[in-house]
Amino acid sequence: MIGRNELTDIYSSLYRENIEKIRESSSGYINSFREEAIEKFIELGIPDRKNETYKYTGLENFFKHGYNSYFLPVESDFVKAEEFRCDIASLDAHGIVLLNGFYPTINGKLRQLPCGAWIGSLNEASKKFRDEIEKHYGKYAVSKSDGLIHLNTAMASDGVFIYVPGNVTLKKPVQVVNLVYSKEDIFNQHRNLIIIEKNSDVSLIICDHTLSPQKFLTNAVTEVYVGENSHFDIIRVQNEHNNAGKLTHTFIHQEKNSYASSNNITLHGGLIRNSTYHYLGGEGAESYSYGLYLADKWQHVDNFVNIEHAFPHCTSNQLFKGVLDDIATGAFNGRIYVAPDAKGTLAYQKNNNILLTDTAKMDTKPQLEIYADDVKCSHGATVGQLDKNALFYLQSRGINKYEAMLMLMFAFADEVIRNIKVKPLRDRINSLVIQRLKGELSRCANCLVKCV
Amino acid sequence: MLIINNLAVSINGKNILKGINLEVKPGQIHAIMGPNGSGKSTLAAVIAGRDFAEVTEGTVTYFGKNLLEMSAEDRSKEGIFLGFQYPIEIPGVSMVNFMKTAVNEHRKHKGLEPLSASDFLKLMREKKELVEIDSKLANRSVNEGFSGGEKKKNEIFQMAMLEPTLAILDETDSGLDIDALRIVANGVNKLKRTDNATIVITHYQRMLDYIIPDVVHVLYDGRIVKTAGKELALELEEKGYEWIKNEIEKVN
Repeated sequence: MIGRNELTDIYSSLYRENIEKIRESSSGYINSFREEAIEKFIELGIPDRKNETYKYTGLENFFKHGYNSYFLPVESDFVKAEEFRCDIASLDAHGIVLLNGFYPTINGKLRQLPCGAWIGSLNEASKKFRDEIEKHYGKYAVSKSDGLIHLNTAMASDGVFIYVPGNVTLKKPVQVVNLVYSKEDIFNQHRNLIIIEKNSDVSLIICDHTLSPQKFLTNAVTEVYVGENSHFDIIRVQNEHNNAGKLTHTFIHQEKNSYASSNNITLHGGLIRNSTYHYLGGEGAESYSYGLYLADKWQHVDNFVNIEHAFPHCTSNQLFKGVLDDIATGAFNGRIYVAPDAKGTLAYQKNNNILLTDTAKMDTKPQLEIYADDVKCSHGATVGQLDKNALFYLQSRGINKYEAMLMLMFAFADEVIRNIKVKPLRDRINSLVIQRLKGELSRCANCLVKCV
Repeated sequence: MLIINNLAVSINGKNILKGINLEVKPGQIHAIMGPNGSGKSTLAAVIAGRDFAEVTEGTVTYFGKNLLEMSAEDRSKEGIFLGFQYPIEIPGVSMVNFMKTAVNEHRKHKGLEPLSASDFLKLMREKKELVEIDSKLANRSVNEGFSGGEKKKNEIFQMAMLEPTLAILDETDSGLDIDALRIVANGVNKLKRTDNATIVITHYQRMLDYIIPDVVHVLYDGRIVKTAGKELALELEEKGYEWIKNEIEKVN
């Protein structure tokens, strides 16, 4: 067994071996974070079960695996990304494809949309948008306990950059397809930065796919700044193979009267850990955090949510639902922190789970820290089976048991899915979820690249 | 159509039904009355195929087939319908999807093609009128947020959609005001044919003012203790169940 420190050593040497190459391709400002971050990482290490927020998720198996390389792209790698087309024909989106966390070089690396917004490579943007990057980069992804965030800051050099100036409504969503493809087992990290100035409205769709069956581990950090009065939705669809590990850390910083929602739809993946942080940093901000996870075989899905009410009169809502089959395991940990001044806070949390077998397992834990008066908080968690009365009701009308179970599971999942506002995506997720619940492969049928 | 012979049923080791004999013929309406806890709902649930009770003795045959060996869904497809005393709310399952699936399962069983979307909606519209159900209800999740009366109307609506051969209405009158009761009873009467049958389970006579039974049974302590014509219901209403209890004690 590899001990905690040895694991940390592996990754700090990975840093030392690659840092020169990484620095060469990155801007000075982003590089200026690296040294401190790797020190922090060495101090905190890879989180183990002694870390309260990783109590139910063992990362060791994925981290101790010897990954053949830390991926840095060459141009030929991007042909694969160029070939990729999302097959949701009716989904009219501004598309971005990331390959192993890097922005393909063949396309223009940064493009301006007609409405004045910019989307493209973070690496490229760090040259053009110096002021914005200096204002926001590394400001929200802070953690005193999670070494993985620091590991990302130390090594990540590219990812998605979105800049939306004030008073802009993006009519079409931005869709980022994260492809992982390699002939070798790889560890990769990317970093996204999304800046939305005042009075704007943006939807972001992130699709996580794997294109080859090798063992992969991805550690991704996304920082989002949502300006005053702005509206932001992020929907993440995870559909990777069972040999892939995906760790995502999403930090959403919200200003006054802003609205932000996050929705993690986990259909497939070996080890999934999504950490979602909403910081309500101004009066009247509203945040919604949704998640749906469907897991079977030996899959493990862990959702950690951290809602910080720092100002008065903010609202937050968490709804996470899961269906676990076979020997799948899941964890949910939802923390609500209400600062002493945050009076008039409304904070809700709900986590419901269905276990289809006696061997599936779910750990769920609310964590409420309330330091203000005049606060309304509620939380509830259930772990159970399908409702037998409802099942009989459906069967008594001639619907066979299997179909009735599917209807109930789908209805259960729908409470999360219906919050997806982009209709073509919602329709696709509906059909993917049905396929998934039927035990079929839930890949997009006409996709040029077969991903699962 | 339905022949129940010496049926005994227990739940968690407790004997609930203690030798029921009952025959229902096409074209008949049977009423089963009785005080609380006499086993009326258990009988309905056993016929419909709910697997919470253990049949310890006896047989139930339906058109010559052993009903007890059939799954709940097969019984439904063979024409048995249970109107629930407490219809279940199923958030997230729309009435339309629920009924479309059910109707098409029934059609498949009969070797028919599934209904087209437009034919299905036409059928829904027709049947909704029969029970004067609000169109909006059909667009909602199954029974979710329905009032007591709406839930019961929804049961009769489903019955109208599935056109059962044998309908068992378990306390369909409970919780209904007089207008809703009339609507529900009218619905049942309109669905009546010479080749189907209905078992009305009820506490009170008032439902039977609208749905006139051919036979009235009194179920008491797991046994049918009295069977007579529709006048029995009136007599019960007048004298109360104490009368039956006293009569039985006299016999014993």
